[in-house]
Amino acid sequence: MILFVLKRLAIAIPTLLVLIILSFVLMKVAPGNPFTGEKNLPRDVLNNIYARYGLDKPLWQQLLEYIWNIVAHFDFGPSFKYKDRSVNEIIAQGFPVTLTYGFWAFIVAAGIGISMGVIAAVKQNSWADYLAVGVTIGGQVIPNFVLAPILVLIFTLWLHWLPGGGWNDGKWNYVVMPVIALSATYLANIARITRSSMLEVLHSNFIRTARAKGLPGWKVVTKHALKPALLPVVSYLGPVFVGMITGSVVIDLYFSTGGIGQWFVNSALNRDYSTMLGVTILLGALTIAGNLVVDVLYAWIDPKIRY
Amino acid sequence: MKLQAFLGAAAVAVTLLGTTALTLPAFAASVPDGTKLAADQTFNYRVLDNINSLDPDIVEDVDTSYVVGNLFEGLYNEDAKGSPVPGAAESYDVNKDNTVFTFHLRKGAVWSNGDPVKASDFVFSWRRVVDPKTASNYSYFPGLVGVKNADDIVAGKMPPDQLGVKAIDDNTLEVDLNKSVPYFVRSTAHATLFPIPQAVVEKFGNDWTKPENIVGNGAYVLAENKPGERVTIKRNPKYWDNAKTVLETINFLTINDENQGVTRYLSGEVDQTDVPAGQYPQMKQQYPNEAHSVPQLCTYYFDINMTDKQTVPALKDVKVREAISMAIDRDVIVNNVLQGGQIPAYFFTPPATADFKAPDVEMAKMSQADRDAKAKQLLADAGYGPDKPISFTYIYNTSEAHKKIATVVSQMLKEKLGIQMTLQDMEFATLLDKRHQRDFEVARDAWCGDYNEASTFEGLMDSTSSQNNSGYANADVDKWLKESATSEDPNQQYLQIETQVAKDIPIIPIYFYTKVFLQKPTVGGWPYDNVEQVWYGKDLYKTEG
Repeated sequence: MILFVLKRLAIAIPTLLVLIILSFVLMKVAPGNPFTGEKNLPRDVLNNIYARYGLDKPLWQQLLEYIWNIVAHFDFGPSFKYKDRSVNEIIAQGFPVTLTYGFWAFIVAAGIGISMGVIAAVKQNSWADYLAVGVTIGGQVIPNFVLAPILVLIFTLWLHWLPGGGWNDGKWNYVVMPVIALSATYLANIARITRSSMLEVLHSNFIRTARAKGLPGWKVVTKHALKPALLPVVSYLGPVFVGMITGSVVIDLYFSTGGIGQWFVNSALNRDYSTMLGVTILLGALTIAGNLVVDVLYAWIDPKIRY
Repeated sequence: MKLQAFLGAAAVAVTLLGTTALTLPAFAASVPDGTKLAADQTFNYRVLDNINSLDPDIVEDVDTSYVVGNLFEGLYNEDAKGSPVPGAAESYDVNKDNTVFTFHLRKGAVWSNGDPVKASDFVFSWRRVVDPKTASNYSYFPGLVGVKNADDIVAGKMPPDQLGVKAIDDNTLEVDLNKSVPYFVRSTAHATLFPIPQAVVEKFGNDWTKPENIVGNGAYVLAENKPGERVTIKRNPKYWDNAKTVLETINFLTINDENQGVTRYLSGEVDQTDVPAGQYPQMKQQYPNEAHSVPQLCTYYFDINMTDKQTVPALKDVKVREAISMAIDRDVIVNNVLQGGQIPAYFFTPPATADFKAPDVEMAKMSQADRDAKAKQLLADAGYGPDKPISFTYIYNTSEAHKKIATVVSQMLKEKLGIQMTLQDMEFATLLDKRHQRDFEVARDAWCGDYNEASTFEGLMDSTSSQNNSGYANADVDKWLKESATSEDPNQQYLQIETQVAKDIPIIPIYFYTKVFLQKPTVGGWPYDNVEQVWYGKDLYKTEG
C-alpha cells in the first residue's frame, strides 16, 4: 500500500508540471494581456509594467522562473491585477472561505444523501421511497444557478431570514444558502446512487443468507449491506469532495463570498496570469490528492482490490 | 474601466484671477435643518469587482478610486457639482501663464497616525507615480496634466527627482508645468496626485497598504479589506474636518452580478446599486423615489475599421457608412432596449460635458422615416442593393445589453437596407485585443471622459491617438486639435472636428450614457449633479427612514 501511495505521488509531480506548462502556454496564447483595458496605455508606460512583472523576458525564461519560485520559495508571484497583494495572499484569503462552505456542503450532501438512499432502498415502494425519489429528481433537474436565486427569493426577500450574499467571516447565516445551493445536486446524486446500489446488494445471495440466519433487519443493513453498497458512492464522493472544497464558480459569484471560484473566473477574464496559474495549480493539486485518497479508501473498503 | 479624472475648462475663472490667492469654502456634509439623522450611520455601497489596490499611485478603476478618495485627500476635492474645493490645501497661487501653481497646505492637518501632512509627502508620491520602477498604469497622468518632465521620467530618460514639483517648505508645494493648464487644480482631486505618507511607505514597502500598516489623510481609515467580498472603512477622528463628518462606516461590497445587486438592495443589504439594462421603467414605477437616471460622460459607439485592414470594400465607401448610420434608429435602442433615460447620439462628445456646445448635426433634426429614405438612397447611389448585397461582421464583448443592441441593429439593417450584419460576441479582453490590432470590420466601442472637458473626447479623433480604434486619419482634424489646445475658445475647433467626423463617419455614435441606479431615500448629500459621480463619504449622511 505504501509503495502504491508513493508511486501515485511520483506520478502526481509530473502531472502537475504538465498542468502548469499547459496552462501557462494557453494563457499566453489567449488574446489580450492583463494590462489591456478600455484605455490603451502609452508605450513607455507598458514597457515599465512589462519590466516590473518580467513580461519582457523570453517566454521560456518566464516559465522557468515561475516554476523555480514555486519549487524553491512556494511563491506564486504578485497578482497582475490586484496589485497590492500576492497570489499566495489571495489563495490564503479565498481558499478558507471555499473550504468552509464546501466542507459543510459535503457533510450535508453525503450525510443526507446516503441516509436518504438507504432508507429509500430498505423501504422500497413506501412513501419514504417516493419522497426520496422525488427529492432526488428535483435536486438533479434544478441546477445551482437556478436554485441560488430561488433560495434568495424565499429566504432573503420573502422571509427576511438570511442575507442575500456576502461572507462576514463565515457567520452561520451567511453560510446556509451557499451550502444548500452547492449541496443540492450532489445530495440528489448521492441518494440515487446509494439507493440503486443498496437495492442491488439487498437482493444478493449473502444478504439472503444473513436474513435466513435470522439476523434482525437493521443489523443486516448496517453490518452486511451498507459497506458493499457504499462502494460506488465512495468513488463518486472523492471527486465531489474536491469539487466542493475548491468551490463553485456559480456560488462564489452569486453570493459574493470572496471564495476561490470568484478569483478563478475573474482572473481568467482579466488575464491576471499569475492569479489564474496559482488557482489552477491549487485546484489541480487538490484534484490529484483527492483521487489518491479515493483510491486508498477503495482498497480499504473493497477486499477484492489489491495493489 | 477607466479612472474618472477631474480636469476641466471651467476653471476659466481661475485664469482671470491670475495671481490672486484663492480661498474657497470647504465642503462637508451639509445636513438641512430639521433632518432626523439615523442612529446607524453606515453606508453600504455596491462595487462591481474586487478593489484592485489601495495605493493611490496604483489605483486604476472607478470603484477603487472611490475607496481611495475616502482614505486619502488630494490638494483639492470636488463639490457636489464637480467644481474644485480645498482639500489638503487651503489655497493656491498661480502665475499669469498658468504654468506655476503654488499650493498652501492646510496647517494642522495630520495623517491618521498623527504625523503632519507635509508638502514632501506630495513630492514623494508624485515622483513615485512616474518612477518606472513603480510601473503604475496611471504614470502617464502627471504628464497628461502638464507636470514638467513627467513623460521623460516615465520613459526612463530622466531620474524621478527631476519632476516639476518641489516642497518650498513643509506647508508650501510648488508645481511647474510645461504648458499652460488653467484647470490644473481640478486634476489634484485625482487619486494619482494624492499624497502618501513617506515614512510609512519607506518602512513597509509594498505592504504599506495592508490594514495594519496603512495610514491616510482622508476622512476615513481602513478597517477591513476582504478582497472579493468587502472593504470596510471607518471615520478618521484625526481628519481636519472630522467635526462635520456624519457617516461613521462605509462598506464597499463586491457584487459581480447586477441582478444580485438589485436583490441585495431590495433586502436592504446595500444602499445603492446599478439598475440592469431595460429594468429602469419598472423600477421607476415601483420605487419612484429610489430609481435615478443621471447623465454620465460616456458615449457608446461603433468603430468602423478605416485602415487597410478593412476587408469589406463597401465599408470604405462613405455613402455606405452614412446609410448604415442613418438606418440605425437610436430612439428604439434608447427607449425600447435600454430604457434608462439614455440620450440618442448623433455626434461624439456628450452634451453634458462642461462648456461644450453641441454641434448642429443635420441627421439629428431628421425624422427616422426621412433618415431611412435617405439611407436607401445613399446605398443605391453607392451602387449596392439586392443584386449587390453587403455583409459584414460586428464584434462585441459578451453582455446582455450589448447583445440586445447588436441584435436590434442587425434587424434594422437587414429590414431597411438588406445588409447582412453577422454578430460575433467574445470576451472583453479578446475584443480589446482585436480592436487594438484593428482586426475587425465593425466593432463595439465606448469612451468615458477622463475629465470634464471636450478634449478628452475630441482627442480620440487624432490620427496618432492610441485610443483611435477606428484608425481614422484626417489632417484637418489633427490640425484643429492642435489649435484647440491653445485656443481662446476651443469650442470653435471642437465644432469643426465634430462636423468633419459626422461627415466622414469613422464611428457611428449610438447613445450617451446615463448612470441608472437605485438609492435608498435615507441617503442624504448624494452628488447627483456631478457628471463624473465622484462622491466622498464625508459629504453624505443617513436619515431616519
